[in-house]
Amino acid sequence: MAERLKPVNVVTVGVGMTGGIMGKELAAAGLKVVGLERGPMRDTVPDFQSPAAHDELRFAIRKALMQDNVKEAVTCRNSSDQTALPMRRWQGFLPGTGLGGALVHWNGQTYRFQPADFTYKTHLEQRYGKSFVDPELTIQDWGVSYEELEPHYDRFEYLCGTSGKAGNLNGKIQPGGNPHEGFRSREYPTRPMKEPYYGALFRKGAESLGYHPFPQPASTLSQPYTNPEGLKLQQCVFCGFCERFACEHFAKASPQTIVLPAALKNPNYELRTGCQVLRVNLDSTGKNATGVTYVDAAGREFEQPADLVLITAYALNNVRMLLNSRIGKPYDPSTGEGVVGRNYAYQTVSGATVFYDDTVNINPFMASGSSGTVIDEFSVDNFDHGPHKFIGGAYVGAIMTNGRPIEFHPTPPGTPAWGLGWKQAVAQHYNHSVVLTVHGSSHPTRRNYLDLDPTYKDAWGLPLLRVTFDFPDNDIRMSKFVTDKAAEIGRAMGGKIVAAAPRTRPWTTTVYQTTHNTGGAVMGSDPKTSVVNRYLQCWDVPNVFVVGASAYPHNSSYNPTDTLGALSYWALDAIKSKYLKSPGPLVQA
Amino acid sequence: MADISRRAVIKATGAVGAAMLPVGLAINEAPAQEHRHTAATEDNVPAPPPAGSQAQPTPYLFFNAEEAAFIEAAVARLIPADDKWGGAREAGVPNYIDKQLNGAWGAGERLYRSGPWQAGTPSQGYQLPFTPAELLRTALAAINAELKDKTPFANMSASEQDAYLHSLEAGGKDLGGIPSNVFFNDLWEATVEGFFSDPVYGGNRDMLAWRMIGFPGAYASYYDLVDQHGIAVARAPTSLAEDVHGHVHMDAAIPANLP
Repeated sequence: MAERLKPVNVVTVGVGMTGGIMGKELAAAGLKVVGLERGPMRDTVPDFQSPAAHDELRFAIRKALMQDNVKEAVTCRNSSDQTALPMRRWQGFLPGTGLGGALVHWNGQTYRFQPADFTYKTHLEQRYGKSFVDPELTIQDWGVSYEELEPHYDRFEYLCGTSGKAGNLNGKIQPGGNPHEGFRSREYPTRPMKEPYYGALFRKGAESLGYHPFPQPASTLSQPYTNPEGLKLQQCVFCGFCERFACEHFAKASPQTIVLPAALKNPNYELRTGCQVLRVNLDSTGKNATGVTYVDAAGREFEQPADLVLITAYALNNVRMLLNSRIGKPYDPSTGEGVVGRNYAYQTVSGATVFYDDTVNINPFMASGSSGTVIDEFSVDNFDHGPHKFIGGAYVGAIMTNGRPIEFHPTPPGTPAWGLGWKQAVAQHYNHSVVLTVHGSSHPTRRNYLDLDPTYKDAWGLPLLRVTFDFPDNDIRMSKFVTDKAAEIGRAMGGKIVAAAPRTRPWTTTVYQTTHNTGGAVMGSDPKTSVVNRYLQCWDVPNVFVVGASAYPHNSSYNPTDTLGALSYWALDAIKSKYLKSPGPLVQA
Repeated sequence: MADISRRAVIKATGAVGAAMLPVGLAINEAPAQEHRHTAATEDNVPAPPPAGSQAQPTPYLFFNAEEAAFIEAAVARLIPADDKWGGAREAGVPNYIDKQLNGAWGAGERLYRSGPWQAGTPSQGYQLPFTPAELLRTALAAINAELKDKTPFANMSASEQDAYLHSLEAGGKDLGGIPSNVFFNDLWEATVEGFFSDPVYGGNRDMLAWRMIGFPGAYASYYDLVDQHGIAVARAPTSLAEDVHGHVHMDAAIPANLP
């Protein structure tokens, strides 16, 4: 029997970036907030310190900072006619856990989505006509505009101290920045990071082809910075242990460095770690949440009553929480009806490797998670898709994050898979190769979706989430087109060999691509095609907000974090300025 | 870990008693007797002797003698020694695998182990109930049973060993319920890990693999070097175990050659 705790105003399910930001702000607004984090307490000091911080085997290979598969996995299949089976180890993607969530081990790549993303369906129909988009794709407008989100993007980037160069300041194109970006109301908070050699080689090659390379926007900071919370961040030292690692240097924007200290010093805010939320509880009407039920690290069950429940976990876990709590109608791919689990999307990532001779020392280990140089000519709708049979696109860049050798030891095509030939090729090419990343959009289809697995359970006896996914034809065509462009740049960079690998089907869980899972609890203006309204408020249960990349109706060409930061502040503003004054639906269905 | 602490002891005292060394390790075979040298001067230094009868015996915690014989021989073919650099065996990869299988990883750390069990598509990844330790033990028992009345793997010629490993890799064989390609893949991944991981885990002995490719290891900062494009990093690598003060910052004052 669960012990019933003293009611509070707000509970957040998860204390990562979104839970940290929202918890801090609502506590500051005078509400009693409890943050429930399933993973451990951890902080830069003493938990993320050297030398243990720089252990490739423990963190990158064994994935020490990720959700424990022993307790909680995800089942996967490529299509509905297959039986989904658990990802018994994290390989294809890596859900995080622990205080701070994925923003502890992210790379810090901080891109805004394009204005066209938010009015995607309308924009594409206006530009290409109503019959251009493959009818398989269930794209839709987001219900919020870039103009509305811009101040919130700005706020999040200033919280992080993001390093970059504006390309569009209030409509004026700026040299050295990204000329294709949506307008910014002001310059980045900090200057761009130093450009590593791989970035400089890419810049030269891309410029020779007429493109406009720019420094990747980075929340691994180029210089010391004090954010609006009064928290001090340091300069990134290019240690090469970023993605899958926590930062020992206070140089990466993580909840521990940008917001949590401000939350934790407020007596209105209480953090509880080791607490696995099982479900959001509803009253007898099913239209009002009464709080959550959770189990602590010692196995004791508690009911935490709350006026307002914010589901602020990882995208996939947000969707699972809704399904296990019976909030919203589950999506049924056979009828196309229902919303929870609908419009799941991934990220269509591919690459090209440029092999130089041994006079060119790349030194890949001198890297930051988000240093490097990219072009945006082929992202979203930055080029005319008229001649092509696809929508969407990808940014292309040299954004190598490390030279950690268990995983990074590129060899050219034709190299034996093992043996002396393999070893000698590794020795020959390790320090003389540049990897180009093609980071592409992912479009939802009727057949790709999330639901509860009928067979497999977690350590608490609840159904695992089931992912049914394969890349749509549209995205395979996009990947081929942009990966070919990357290979052209690779040749212009002076590589002796350029090996390009566009994304192919089937989607596999066995090769890491990205952890950018999106959708399943998407935002919109129609309750028939969205789980949450434009303020991330549940249509069906208005005192539940679902804050995550689960809200994205499609996934754009960019890394999703900056947009999630913007949406968090956007939703927070609506909660503070509207919801708290008059609790109830902020949009009438 | 043993290697590092031993080196520290040797450095500190200038001498070492045989009693301090692992069983069977003679003083003149200790890695501390090898030259520590930088990547920049590697070409001028004689290669460490290839393995074989000279290789130091490893005190195994998990492997039985038959298993150890297979693993030592197999990793020597997967990443062989050549005239410039030792291979997986010289790097202590069998020791690495032994310690991993004897610990949490071998016991199924971070492995979802609830049934039902069924073979999936290749996209669905590993779907067997075996832990890594169970998998290796089961597969090696099947291999050693198959070769019982033939030439044991360890006694085959190098080309026969390669052919046998290729046959495992191809996946035709059933090894006690384990498709041979699954076993081969596990063995290959463990070999690469043991070759390239930090020496604290018992492989990559004397940072052989890092010196071979020019990976500097656990240095904490390249801020002053990252925009010196194309420099040759002329410095010996550093292991986690050497970072005793919490940070090893790369010293920009150390000569680095511009190309």
